[in-house]
Amino acid sequence: MREVIDYIQSYLSSDQTPGAAGNWFWATVYVLLVFVGLSIAVIAMNWLERKILAHMQVRLGPMRVGPHGLLQPIADALKLLLKEDIMPAEADAVVFWIAPFIVVLAAFTVFVVVPFGPTHAITDMNIGILFMLGVSSLSVLGIVTAGWASNSHYPLIGALRSSAQMVSYEVAMGLAVVSVIVMTSLNAEGTGTLSMIGIVQAQQAQHTWFVFKFFPLGLVGFFIFAVAMVAETNRAPFDLPEAESELTAGFHTEYSGFRWSLFFLAEYSAMIAVSSIAVTLWLGGWLRPFPDALSGPTWDLVFSLFPGITFLLLGAMCFYNAARMPKHPLFRIQTIGLAGFGAVLALIGLVLFAPPVRDRVGDIFWFAAKVAAFMYLYIWYRGTFPRYRFDQLMKVGWKILLPTGLVLLILTAGAGFLEEPVKEWLKRVL
Amino acid sequence: MMPVATPFFFYLLSATMIIGGVLVITRRNAVHSAMALITALLAQAGIYLMLYAPFVAGVQIILYAGGIMVLFLFVIMLISIERTVKERQFNKQWLVGIAAAAALGGLFIAVYTKGKSLFPEGRVTYGEGQNVQDVAALLYDQHQGMYMFSFEIASLLLLVAIIGAVVMAKKRI
Repeated sequence: MREVIDYIQSYLSSDQTPGAAGNWFWATVYVLLVFVGLSIAVIAMNWLERKILAHMQVRLGPMRVGPHGLLQPIADALKLLLKEDIMPAEADAVVFWIAPFIVVLAAFTVFVVVPFGPTHAITDMNIGILFMLGVSSLSVLGIVTAGWASNSHYPLIGALRSSAQMVSYEVAMGLAVVSVIVMTSLNAEGTGTLSMIGIVQAQQAQHTWFVFKFFPLGLVGFFIFAVAMVAETNRAPFDLPEAESELTAGFHTEYSGFRWSLFFLAEYSAMIAVSSIAVTLWLGGWLRPFPDALSGPTWDLVFSLFPGITFLLLGAMCFYNAARMPKHPLFRIQTIGLAGFGAVLALIGLVLFAPPVRDRVGDIFWFAAKVAAFMYLYIWYRGTFPRYRFDQLMKVGWKILLPTGLVLLILTAGAGFLEEPVKEWLKRVL
Repeated sequence: MMPVATPFFFYLLSATMIIGGVLVITRRNAVHSAMALITALLAQAGIYLMLYAPFVAGVQIILYAGGIMVLFLFVIMLISIERTVKERQFNKQWLVGIAAAAALGGLFIAVYTKGKSLFPEGRVTYGEGQNVQDVAALLYDQHQGMYMFSFEIASLLLLVAIIGAVVMAKKRI
């Protein structure tokens, strides 16, 4: 018993990720935490997307289940679980069964290397970003097999479109990623890194987020990635595999009930995964904004109060809306529920103010906040952009993003090569 | 990093690979074969990870499982599976096949029995935390890198293949 406790406590003093420290207990705990956090994020995204889209279109969105539709995701999940699970008569049963699981596995496995903080990751791999891109590209297998196994026309066409789209945009995405890896090698030893934690540490060491590095080169790379990642996840305006007016629902037309919900889960966790790649590579991962301009213990304290303030604000919003609820007796339970939810959020906010908690969650908060901004962008794109035609989509991928990516890579390498000599030269001239 | 339960993972991955490989050649349905092949390739990536070669494992996943097999599936799915399932095997290469299998099996047995004397005792392991950097240094480093030229030749070969594909696919360039 004593050894077990010692083993569990031995990790607490180390400054590594549990995977790198080789501590299976904390690795399991982290896996569970990430899994639970991700599921909550997907549930929250489900509600937020419907709500925000509705407000963009001057509608109310879900209002009936719970106060302001807060319990709608739970009702949806129940509905999906209770729904009849239909398999087409001529479908390939085994492949039809496996396909959703491939997609879900690919979407969840990538979170093994996502760095929520310098030590807050399940593990840190030497091949981090390569692993993320590789495993997330496996989801295309699931989509293709799902479309084929349904033995129906719409899913097959949807799957073909989807795989063509994903394979095409992977190329441009890869080039943008390589330009960042070139940037990580601009240090004294001239050695770059593929590790996700290493990439963020390189940004910390170079005192800049890579999106601002070699302006505008970093920004262009970020833009290429930001476009390609929307296409990779089959989201609007590149949601051709699921274009309702043309293909009903694309590759998951024949799926229903629980298996459809797996596709849904995978889509949203893949969105979170690619957003976290973008945040790690360009937006400084867990680093807080302005670490240099606003440095010093005072600013550290101010920025460490942000997580608590965010939750307090959310709680205050709940209280405000609870006060605005109609005073009719039928709304009493909803009002109490919303106020209770606000109280829980405010309590979390207060806990986050405690110094030991504050110091540990700061990096997780900044990472999550940046990812959340991307998730909002996804919804915003869906609310504003019209869907591309398939030939336009291919044109954007191959004729605009790919050549831009190639030129960007060459220019980034050149800029990295010339940076030091130009600085020396400027010093001598001025 | 301390490896955990090494024998368990080795036997698990090897068994997955062997079962996958057997399924590839025994399934009549080409899509099932392709999926079994993907399983085998992924298990192989796991074995590479166990051999402290994460870069090779990553490339295995990104190229074979993610890239090439998607294109395989892409092509297979557009063929009529109903016909291929009914089709009898028409190539008569079983004699050559048996000879090749026997040769390979003999090689395996030889390595298994004499392995200790054939290979040097201590094997060179690259530190896991520096694997990609070490591979890069081995390929391109100014002093110890020795494969720059062969690497460039290989990429030229791929370029020729790409141009050839475009020329064959397009009637008018």
